[in-house]
Amino acid sequence: MKRFLIPLGAFVVLVIFLAIGLTRDPRDVPSPLKDKPAPAFSLPQLGSDKAFSPADMQGRVWLLNVWASWCVSCRQEHPILVAFAKSGNTPIVGLNYKDQIPDAKKWLADFGDPYVLSAVDADGRVGINYGVYGVPETYVIDKAGVIRLKHTGPVTADSLKNQILPLVAALNK
Amino acid sequence: MTPELGHFALILAFVVALIQGILPLIGAQRNHGQWVALARPAAQTQFLLIAFAFACLAHGFLNNDFSVAYIAHHSNTQLPTLYRFSAVWGGHEGSLLLWVLMLAGWAAAVSVSSRHLPETMVARVLAVLGLVSIGLLAFVLFTSNPFDRLLPAPAEGRDLNPLLQDPGLVFHPPMLYMGYVGFSVAFAFAIAALISGRLDAAWARWSRPWTTAAWVFLTLGIALGSWWAYYELGWGGWWFWDPVENASFLPWLVGTALIHSLAVTEKRGSFKNWTVLLAIAAFSLSLLGTFLVRSGVLTSVHAFATDPRRGVFILILLAIVVGGSLLLFAWRAPKVHAGGNSGLFSRETLLLMNNVLLVVAAGSVLLGTLYPLLIDALNMGKLSVGPPYFNAVFVPIMVPLLLLVGIGPLARWKHADLKDITARLRVAAVLAVLAGIALPKLMGEWSALTALGCLIAVWITASGVFQIIERLQRGGGLKSAPASFWGMHLAHFGLAVFVIGVTMVGGYQEEKDVRMAPGDTVSVGGYSFRLIGIKEARGPNYLATVGTVELSQDGRVLKNMHPEKRRYLSSSMPMTEAAIDAGFTRDVYVSLGEPLDKPGEKTGAWSVRVYYKPFIDWIWGGCIFMGLGGVLAMLDRRYRIRVKSAETVAETVMSKGTVAGTPA
Repeated sequence: MKRFLIPLGAFVVLVIFLAIGLTRDPRDVPSPLKDKPAPAFSLPQLGSDKAFSPADMQGRVWLLNVWASWCVSCRQEHPILVAFAKSGNTPIVGLNYKDQIPDAKKWLADFGDPYVLSAVDADGRVGINYGVYGVPETYVIDKAGVIRLKHTGPVTADSLKNQILPLVAALNK
Repeated sequence: MTPELGHFALILAFVVALIQGILPLIGAQRNHGQWVALARPAAQTQFLLIAFAFACLAHGFLNNDFSVAYIAHHSNTQLPTLYRFSAVWGGHEGSLLLWVLMLAGWAAAVSVSSRHLPETMVARVLAVLGLVSIGLLAFVLFTSNPFDRLLPAPAEGRDLNPLLQDPGLVFHPPMLYMGYVGFSVAFAFAIAALISGRLDAAWARWSRPWTTAAWVFLTLGIALGSWWAYYELGWGGWWFWDPVENASFLPWLVGTALIHSLAVTEKRGSFKNWTVLLAIAAFSLSLLGTFLVRSGVLTSVHAFATDPRRGVFILILLAIVVGGSLLLFAWRAPKVHAGGNSGLFSRETLLLMNNVLLVVAAGSVLLGTLYPLLIDALNMGKLSVGPPYFNAVFVPIMVPLLLLVGIGPLARWKHADLKDITARLRVAAVLAVLAGIALPKLMGEWSALTALGCLIAVWITASGVFQIIERLQRGGGLKSAPASFWGMHLAHFGLAVFVIGVTMVGGYQEEKDVRMAPGDTVSVGGYSFRLIGIKEARGPNYLATVGTVELSQDGRVLKNMHPEKRRYLSSSMPMTEAAIDAGFTRDVYVSLGEPLDKPGEKTGAWSVRVYYKPFIDWIWGGCIFMGLGGVLAMLDRRYRIRVKSAETVAETVMSKGTVAGTPA
């Protein structure tokens, strides 16, 4: 009887490992930019002649959110960002990635504008420097201009509450 | 409206699956004829309902209904119609729907072509398939509903991943899934046999054609995937040991072992427990593969958006299905009688070696695939296991297996004569050694590995040919040998062709990565490539940079090749379309890299990659032969003969359960 239980035993061990594996995120490869200064750039702002550079945010904790009007997942996270912006907790700067300016403006008009401003990265060069892997992405940048977190994919109510907000609160201390 | 109808049909299918999974099982146990009779209509109804749901989703794709979230994520108005259809299975939700459609399809196929099987057996088999279907339909309905609405609807969809916009990808997933899911039938037969306690030769004979059918689909599905990776990814490779490729290869290895062990169980009545275990393992690995791909626990080029809740759900499903079957196995298997005895050297022993080698190979691939996960779970860091591990471990296991292919079919059941076999294989062995010495020399450079590859291929082919000649000399002509005999030899021959392909590509391919401006020439493998020019072009949903490369050999112009670099409008994702000139003994392959002009320069120079790949098409040709061999084996007449009356009587007695003292 006992030897017939061996396959079951081996399978149970496998399931335990798979269950632990599920709690890890294989994509959570530490971003090479984490704890490094945010790459500098100077880009025009959406809907204005002024330029924006990360240095302008020196001394504040802020979020850099990469978005585009063609991105369906951005639509999913957008209401969460709009609600978060209303709370006035932390400024969000948009990086409008590989987009058409009229489309981007219309998108913000239709769905609301959570951003203090959006920088226009029309050809995606700044995105390359930040290692943008897929839109949307969100970076938490501290008072000294250092990237403290990179969040890939849409921000959810859950990730905002459990990941981003605690970090922002800690950085603001 | 249509999406809601589809969703509703899926819910109905779930209800029907509950009926199909539970009532016939109880009916077969308690001898309720009416409940047993429910199995067939339930399986067929379930298939129709899921097919309807699938058609609703396809309808949404063809009509660009972006109010359905899944369609908005995976399609686009500019997408050509063919890809709008194949986009149905281009993402997580749709590919699962395809999975359950296939599962229901296999069950429906069993229900219509099982008239010659005992009713209670059919009821149990269909019930087990119904139980699996309950789990997967629940997975679709509760975590991955493809019909969820996205309101307000976006005007334009996000587009199908450009990597998937390819004819190869229209057929690859359905073929692969047919194979994956097809092992569920062998699994269901095994579980039904364990429940009824009837693990015998008849059970093995019923399972064999179904197992072979699934194996054929899986073989062709894997080959299509490999071919696609070769021409679409632009790296010129044909197998990457990517976790998702491994996930499909594992059930193939165990399924191959199963096919061989079923032969022993059918012909000799032995290996019963082992065969049952393999049948459970083959389908479990299919489920594990689904888990690995769909949960995102492993990073892979194939892993798209993933959701942890889905992972938990499918892990629980895996634990219930596989854990439950293994528990049943541990409970019932000790009571099974071992079959007939056999000598130390016999066909049984050789097939046992085949099984051990295949299972060890599967184990080593499984270990390599899961190793990063194990290490991470033990908090020992993050790492990845690459082709060097797999090649180092896999190849040495395959060599004795391939050598056995030449011997096994010659050996007699029960007791084989070593002397007789040695005598009959002498010529094949001499030919194989000669080929090992001469063929690599002909190709250019001799090396131990290429010699071994050539030796194995000729060994398998020659011993097969001699066996066929022996068989024909016994008289009766071509028709005298059963279809399964021809099927086996054709599949083994396919293996030899495959080995030649792998050996030649591995040993003699050449590649160059060069900077080319218009007018420049590069040569590789005796061919010259001259870059004539590069121009812009526009496709239905992409912009392309198309190169024109003139291919010539010995100063004679052969043809113009057109490698492309595409940028898809909706996702701005760059894609490489290699230009391939395929031939019987070689492929030449050109792909465009990046433009190399600095701002201000106007040389029109690009980085260009050219490959010379000898015999590479033999890799997939070999797979086609293997698949055809499987088809031939399935067509064997003995699978279509009705059960002998004695078995029918035995079954009626069994199903009455407690009938005592029936005169035999």
